[in-house]
Amino acid sequence: MSGRVSRRRLIQTGIGAAVGAGAFGATVKVADRYGLIPANCRGVYGLSETITYAGQRLLTKLPSTAREFDRSQITENPLVNGRAPTTEPYQKLLAGGFADWRLTVDGMVARPGTFSLEELKGFPSRSQITHQACEEGWSFIAEWTGVPLSVVLERAGIQPQARWVFFFTFDKWWDSIDLDDALHPQTLLAYAMNGPEMPIDHGAPLRLKVPRQLGYKSLKFLTRITVTDSQNEVGDGLGSGSPSDGYSWYAGI
Amino acid sequence: MAGSAYLPQFGSRTVEESEALRHTALVRITHWISAVSVLVLVLSGIAILLAHPRLYWGEVGNLNTPSLIDLPLPFVLDIPIRGPGRYLHFLAAWVIVFTGLVYVLAGLANRHFSRNLLPARSEFTFREAARIISGHLRFRRSSEEELSDYNVLQRLSYSAVVFVLVPLMIWTGLAMSPAVTSVFPFLVTAFGGQQSARTIHFFVSCALVLFSIGHVALVWQTGFKPRMRAMITGSRAGGKERA
Repeated sequence: MSGRVSRRRLIQTGIGAAVGAGAFGATVKVADRYGLIPANCRGVYGLSETITYAGQRLLTKLPSTAREFDRSQITENPLVNGRAPTTEPYQKLLAGGFADWRLTVDGMVARPGTFSLEELKGFPSRSQITHQACEEGWSFIAEWTGVPLSVVLERAGIQPQARWVFFFTFDKWWDSIDLDDALHPQTLLAYAMNGPEMPIDHGAPLRLKVPRQLGYKSLKFLTRITVTDSQNEVGDGLGSGSPSDGYSWYAGI
Repeated sequence: MAGSAYLPQFGSRTVEESEALRHTALVRITHWISAVSVLVLVLSGIAILLAHPRLYWGEVGNLNTPSLIDLPLPFVLDIPIRGPGRYLHFLAAWVIVFTGLVYVLAGLANRHFSRNLLPARSEFTFREAARIISGHLRFRRSSEEELSDYNVLQRLSYSAVVFVLVPLMIWTGLAMSPAVTSVFPFLVTAFGGQQSARTIHFFVSCALVLFSIGHVALVWQTGFKPRMRAMITGSRAGGKERA
């Protein structure tokens, strides 16, 4: 009697586990298709990172605009976090007023190439007064002017299978954002902050500004943008230099 | 337990069970998961705070602006505790959010809140509070009868944790998220700014730490072993095995 019950139990548990695993697999597939699985979805923290990212991506399907502020709220004397690179290539371009600087755009675009600062400034521009909030806890508000990243990606002819946009900098940093952020109107390639220029230590000549994520995603001193359909082939495959230091790839927190 | 009389439709089985058990399995499981989560949240929160132990009011704050409070703590930027701290903080936050959801939905459904947690207006008196406090101060041993039910101060403090402090922690946490506030800006403007939300997050966490210390101290005072047994096995303190 008890043997039969336990066998039935076993079969029920087996079917339950199989259905559960199948449902989990299907959920992961659908979630990935809708761009809800981050590159750092594995490991001890993978599940909570995925829930955070998926939850916020579902939320930002609603109208989503990072808060913008009044000119009177701009922080005087904004804090510098990390100075400009002292390496020779950067210092040489800086000495020449960045006239010889070029932004490379490549990867999954129809027209890979380079843009000069003058060309970027000739594109439709956008100014916005938003937060720069560091994960350490401090913050400031500044006015950022630049060309929306979406404009540059459009000019380069972003391909339909593209999913991620990677950024590389003079200080050897790298990171990536998804298309939700990349094509968001507030995501800028900023060439000016609180005035006509980008202060050197705040990322001259060009920095990324992703106001819907924490400050560390807004990379400074840009050199190259690469569009991909996968996060696995760049660096250690975690989508950014941050996770290996213990910081989340996604920083919408 | 007297409360089961309110639920006659559940039949005698419920009466027997609730008489045999001090805490239901659901309360015990969610209690311990929450306890571990809170411990992890506090430790990882300290790791995050130490990057910038300076609190502000309003929208912005940094080393170039005046602070509200400079906490007497060192700035720890070189020791790599913050990165893992952040990962752990959000992991534990999700655990306590899901656990809390189960606890709150079940508590509403089986009337755990109305029967056991919310203080009855009649016992909500100064005299009753004074009696309980003076009892604790004199280290008077509580009778088993007293221990079978939450007294008014327990009800008040547990209700404050469940319905005020933890929701405030979640709210102020979300108020610091630029992505969440891009959809629901009122989550942060309600506090007057992102730095205000961070400061409130800190002080509410202090309140939760104080609660936890007081909670453990009173568990100790009223009999550590029977209280722990009740919250682990569910059995009534001193009661015989009945189920």
